[in-house]
Amino acid sequence: MSANSAFNDEKGGSSSVGEPEYGHDPASGGIFSSDYKRHDDLKEMLDSNKDSLKLEAMKRIVAMIARGKNTSDLFPAVVKNVACKNIEVKKLVYVYLVRYAEEQQDLALLSISTFQRGLKDPNQLIRASALRVLSSIRVTIIVPIMMLAIKEAASDMSPYVRKTAAHAIPKLYSLDPEQKDQLIEVIEKLLADKTTLVAGSVVMAFEEVCPERIDLIHKNYRKLCNLLIDVEEWGQVVIINMLTRYARTQFLNPNMNESLLEEGSDKTFYGSDEDEDEEEEEEKDKKAEAPAMAKRKPYVMDPDHRLLLRNTKPLLQSRNAAVVMAVAQLYFHLAPKAEVGVIAKALVRLLRSHSEVQYVVLQNVATMSIKRRGMFEPYLKSFYIRSTDPTQIKVLKLEVLTNLANETNISTILREFQTYIKSMDKDFVAATIQAIGRCATNIGEVRDTCLNGLVQLLSNRDELVVAESVVVIKKLLQMQPEKHSDIIKHMAKLTDNIQVPMARASILWLIGEYCEHVPKIAPDVLRKMAKSFTNEEDIVKLQIINLAAKLYLTNSKQTKLLTQYVLNLAKYDQNYDIRDRARFIRQLIVPTEKSGALSKYAKKLFLALKPAPVLESPFKDRDHFQLGSLSHLLNAKAGGYQELPDWPEAAPDPSVRNVEVKDSVFTLLERVTTLTSVPEWTKCSSREKRKEKKVEKPFYSDSEGESGPTESADSGNFRGLCREQSSEEEERKHERKSKQRKSESESESDEEEESESESSQSESEDSESEAEVKKKKKAAESKPPSKPVKKDNKKEKKEMSLLDLDDFEPAPSPQATPVNTFLSNSLATDLEGLSLSDAVLSPATISPSSALKSYEMLHRITGEGLSVEYCFSRQPFSPDANMVAVQMQFTNNATSDTKNLHMEDVKLQSGMRVKEFPEIELLPAGEMVTAVMGIDFCDSTQAANFQLCTHTRKFFVSIQPPVGELMRPVFLTENEFKKEQGQLMGMNEITEKITLDAKCRNEHSIVQRVTTAANLSRVPCGSDKECRFAGRTVTSSSLVLVTVATKEEGAAKLTINCEKMVIGTMLVKDILLALTQ
Amino acid sequence: MIHSLFLINHSGDLFLEKHWKSVISRSVCDYFFEAKEKAVDPENVPPVLQTPHHYLITIYRDKLFFLSVIQTEVPPLFVIEFLHRVADTIQDYFGECSESVIKDNVVTVYELLEEMLDNGFPLATESNVLKEMIRPPTILRSVVNTLTGGSNVGDTLPTGQLSNIPWRRAGVKYTNNEAYFDVIEEIDAILDKSGSTVFAEIQGVIEACVRLTGMPDLTLSFMNPRLLDDVSFHPCVRFKRWESERVLSFIPPDGNFTLMNYHVSSQNLVAIPVYVKQSITFFEMGPCGRLDITIGPKQTMGKTVEALMVTIHMPKAVLSANLTPTQGNYTYDLATKVLVWDIGKLNPQKLPNLRGSLSLQAGAPKPEDNPSLNIDLKIQQVAISGLKVSRLDMYGEKYKPFKGVKYLTKAGKFQVRT
Repeated sequence: MSANSAFNDEKGGSSSVGEPEYGHDPASGGIFSSDYKRHDDLKEMLDSNKDSLKLEAMKRIVAMIARGKNTSDLFPAVVKNVACKNIEVKKLVYVYLVRYAEEQQDLALLSISTFQRGLKDPNQLIRASALRVLSSIRVTIIVPIMMLAIKEAASDMSPYVRKTAAHAIPKLYSLDPEQKDQLIEVIEKLLADKTTLVAGSVVMAFEEVCPERIDLIHKNYRKLCNLLIDVEEWGQVVIINMLTRYARTQFLNPNMNESLLEEGSDKTFYGSDEDEDEEEEEEKDKKAEAPAMAKRKPYVMDPDHRLLLRNTKPLLQSRNAAVVMAVAQLYFHLAPKAEVGVIAKALVRLLRSHSEVQYVVLQNVATMSIKRRGMFEPYLKSFYIRSTDPTQIKVLKLEVLTNLANETNISTILREFQTYIKSMDKDFVAATIQAIGRCATNIGEVRDTCLNGLVQLLSNRDELVVAESVVVIKKLLQMQPEKHSDIIKHMAKLTDNIQVPMARASILWLIGEYCEHVPKIAPDVLRKMAKSFTNEEDIVKLQIINLAAKLYLTNSKQTKLLTQYVLNLAKYDQNYDIRDRARFIRQLIVPTEKSGALSKYAKKLFLALKPAPVLESPFKDRDHFQLGSLSHLLNAKAGGYQELPDWPEAAPDPSVRNVEVKDSVFTLLERVTTLTSVPEWTKCSSREKRKEKKVEKPFYSDSEGESGPTESADSGNFRGLCREQSSEEEERKHERKSKQRKSESESESDEEEESESESSQSESEDSESEAEVKKKKKAAESKPPSKPVKKDNKKEKKEMSLLDLDDFEPAPSPQATPVNTFLSNSLATDLEGLSLSDAVLSPATISPSSALKSYEMLHRITGEGLSVEYCFSRQPFSPDANMVAVQMQFTNNATSDTKNLHMEDVKLQSGMRVKEFPEIELLPAGEMVTAVMGIDFCDSTQAANFQLCTHTRKFFVSIQPPVGELMRPVFLTENEFKKEQGQLMGMNEITEKITLDAKCRNEHSIVQRVTTAANLSRVPCGSDKECRFAGRTVTSSSLVLVTVATKEEGAAKLTINCEKMVIGTMLVKDILLALTQ
Repeated sequence: MIHSLFLINHSGDLFLEKHWKSVISRSVCDYFFEAKEKAVDPENVPPVLQTPHHYLITIYRDKLFFLSVIQTEVPPLFVIEFLHRVADTIQDYFGECSESVIKDNVVTVYELLEEMLDNGFPLATESNVLKEMIRPPTILRSVVNTLTGGSNVGDTLPTGQLSNIPWRRAGVKYTNNEAYFDVIEEIDAILDKSGSTVFAEIQGVIEACVRLTGMPDLTLSFMNPRLLDDVSFHPCVRFKRWESERVLSFIPPDGNFTLMNYHVSSQNLVAIPVYVKQSITFFEMGPCGRLDITIGPKQTMGKTVEALMVTIHMPKAVLSANLTPTQGNYTYDLATKVLVWDIGKLNPQKLPNLRGSLSLQAGAPKPEDNPSLNIDLKIQQVAISGLKVSRLDMYGEKYKPFKGVKYLTKAGKFQVRT
């Protein structure tokens, strides 16, 4: 308790202002002794073995740091406690360490080993915080250690640790920029991460380390677009800003046909309904597209471009102003003109927020309103000014109002301005007067009204108001001086009263310029000015000289002497500018024998017709800065600002965003399944149906009842997301299909695009299940007659895939053939094209697994005549690439038919998923039937339990995969293999010495046995002593690398490198068994 | 991104500093103090300042300046929004966000700041996640901690940090399960001298207080969702459901939160609950003026108008006011020149009136302009737009929760020009 009271004293003391700084140089004597004592007791407390005392001491020290006091002399005492068991003490020590490590580099090194130990801790929070602190210690010596730790953490199991690794990257980069290349590798790896948690942080790292490496984004573009809605708010901002830049380099300007489209699109734009939903928008798109099509070179928006626009739009409803702004700028910079309007409402909403938010938003609205005035016109009144607004907000609102002014609304705006002029805030009044001036120059109709209003202001009591009016009137008069000589006269009178230099100067200039309109008054003004010349401000003096010169040229009779007098006064002025001006003008206007040819043209020089000034908004052309950025706000390039590139002339190759070849197999398979039902599906294009479908879409990925929040983020997130996406994708596809049908003549390029959009679908690894089921239902509803055809085809297809198993042809081509018959030509060619490209996959390197091992699921006797066997077909499972395909063979040995064979009551470990096989309606006695189901085992060998139901009975069955079936082969070159292997050392490597079975000493049999045991592919290898295999786990795509190095006498070494240690150890056992028996 | 944060109080004392990268001397704040001097009113300090080597982004909240130092390009709103989130979090933890509270809990605040940002990039800003990592101080806990040596810092990763619904923590348990929603609407309006409406709109917010066990999935539907024109949601709300069905479907955060903000479509005419008859005149002759204000009910939906208050920012020249209210009382602050008339309940039979004379500084010219009136009011049990919640359903849990919806209408930025 005593410690506690001491702490309170300390806090009490903190509020008194003049507290002496302690912890100064120890040699400063005097005060120092008492301070020294104080730190002494802190040291004592830190050295004690009571955690509570340590905690108390640390709290006091951190409180001192917070107040900016120097406590660096305690460093040795504090750093000792870095390994303290008490978690709060530890945290506070970390805080201290990060704060002072840079100053005490040598001592800081003492703590490093603790963090290195922490990096291996089983608790993910401790691993993460160890990495956080380690990477925050700014000591150059430990750069290699940090690098290693980051690399390791980047492949950690926990997404939270991976996120921390992403955060550590910019830290290391700022400490040692030479590590850039290595860091880019880590960034590349993390960019491929599929969790929402990591996405924001790694893009942040990307932006700080290598924003120019736009090529790293290609492969991840679609994934980022799709994950966006589930990323945390701050990550969303960073990703959206980055994608804006990306899109500017990769897509074509959607407004390039703007001029050709004429007003047409403009009208839809103004008339755009407030709550337009997507259909309408798409309709509009089509409308906009229609005339564009007719042109020689039609603009078709890249589907990826559309994807970005569509996926960001819901974020306009975010509660976070930064997210809303980010989406708004994205739409402003990337969307077709007709669609930009949607952001206005959201931006106007932000005007209700904190005044700082208003300030930034108004700046951006001001810029936007110049380019796209129509967008904000409906919200004109939202920019009306309240007397309680801060001045800076008022001025910005005024700017927006001025930008929005046009012929139709000018009268309301001017009425509004009139009330502003009465405001107490004089700066604001001045700004209002300027705004009126700008309205008057921009809109000819109201020029006279404005001018009259301003003239009335000349009699205002406040001098600032008058002065500002004079300046503005001067500018206005310059446009049409001949009509307004009375105003000039009026202003001439004002010279007696107005003291503001700028206003005086303006009046003088006016009189001089238009002295012909006021021939009588002008000389008199000059007379008065000559009197007061010496007391005027410089700027006024210059104008007096000017006036004198002009009068001398037009009316030298009356003003010659006055001019001489003024010039003489100026000659001896203190300001050299004025002296120079006087000398120059005298030479020019007063003809002497020395003066050259110029004086002849003096009149032309001085009284030339001057162009009227253009009153421009200060926000004009600010949009070359990316909106929402700091640089835009300051109208100056801030450090680290990335220029927004101009649209490319021709779009770069869109195929770079396609994701690896391995996926396209799935795509194709998937297409075959989906295509079978496409023809029917396309026909039910009525809008209601689509709407109906939309209802089912969840907003964020909730996994409803089945997955609690405790479940790991990855799986839960994905499921929801994919579901949503798949249905959307479906919609899009459907639309494209129907389009295609309409115009058979669509170009080749379009088709390519389509295949692309579909591969993006497969990339997302979604389970099409729901969408598909629904679709089938719908198809059935909409067109019953075609049903039998479809079914036949399906069956046929299934048989095909059965055949596949036997002769190991590459899967796609035989499957595609039956489909061809009733597909439209274009689609068929499309398919062919794809299957050709897939041929790459089939070479001998992927060793076919001989004789698939089948397992018994249900024995004839227990199944009362029904026996079921299953095997892992090692075919990609089409509806979901994350699933392992399980092929089941049902045999009915009974004497009666079995009906309605289906599965029920699936019991799974968390994270696992099953795609059930379609119900088998009838299995006649003595017949055999096969079906395929998909199971996502989540990379574990946990069994999937379910009930197999017939029309009479239920059987409990389970499927347990051998570890070797949890992977799929990948093709690697020898170099890639070595590189990957190099990254999977240490704990990820397992080595076993084995003695090979006598029958299996040659290369061929080794390959065969290994590939039977595990679904891996052979990696080409120079040496014949070594066999290498590679694969990836199905769910998490972690690499699995297997090496069998043979020596003499059947001795061999088996090495397995795998990110997932559990899989590695199990696989070792299996392969060991396969090779030794 | 965010390099450092300084907290500065109203009078310009710097009382807390936190650096997320290397240390920046506090002298950088001098640029800010300079701007603050210039601005007179703290509201007028520019939120973004450029200095030779840094950029300063400041927010002014609860009489405190949160000043962040930036070195490179970053969206200003990103920083502003984050700073407000810091202030919100402090408020959430300690009940208020003031200098004394921060000083009393300086270590907790420091720990919070440490968790919220990593290397200047936001790490954990969700209040539920933070509260699991650093528990808010309570008297009971501090006593227990001193006795048992326990700590306020969690040692496992909060579940929210990893889940796809980070706003809700796992394992919530209550004996009384309840879900309350407050529909609060604010009328923003500008009335001109003659009492006609220049501009009026309704902004609404639904504040929720949800204390439900487990992982409930709620659906809130409205009788007349078409009224809502523009909306923004807490991240928990499923946007697609809203778009297609106009219902709010969400798994709520635990405790108090803002479910949604909305704007009522401008086609609907806004009911203005009160009218104001006023005349404020200053005489050319002699240093005085006259003030006469009467307020009466207009469209109140049959409810009583409560907590009626009129605030007037007087011209600088007004020295004092000698007024008599028929109801409530008034104060005139000489320093800020603000006249506040606190009326209370509006009685339709006897309309409140404030009249009397104003005395002006001798010799000062007659003020040119009349000050505008800011009006505050409250109407209980009615949402002025007519918005009504029709039902609240819960899925995913078995028990029956207590449910309740409360309506309230307030004046937002309600101004009468004179």
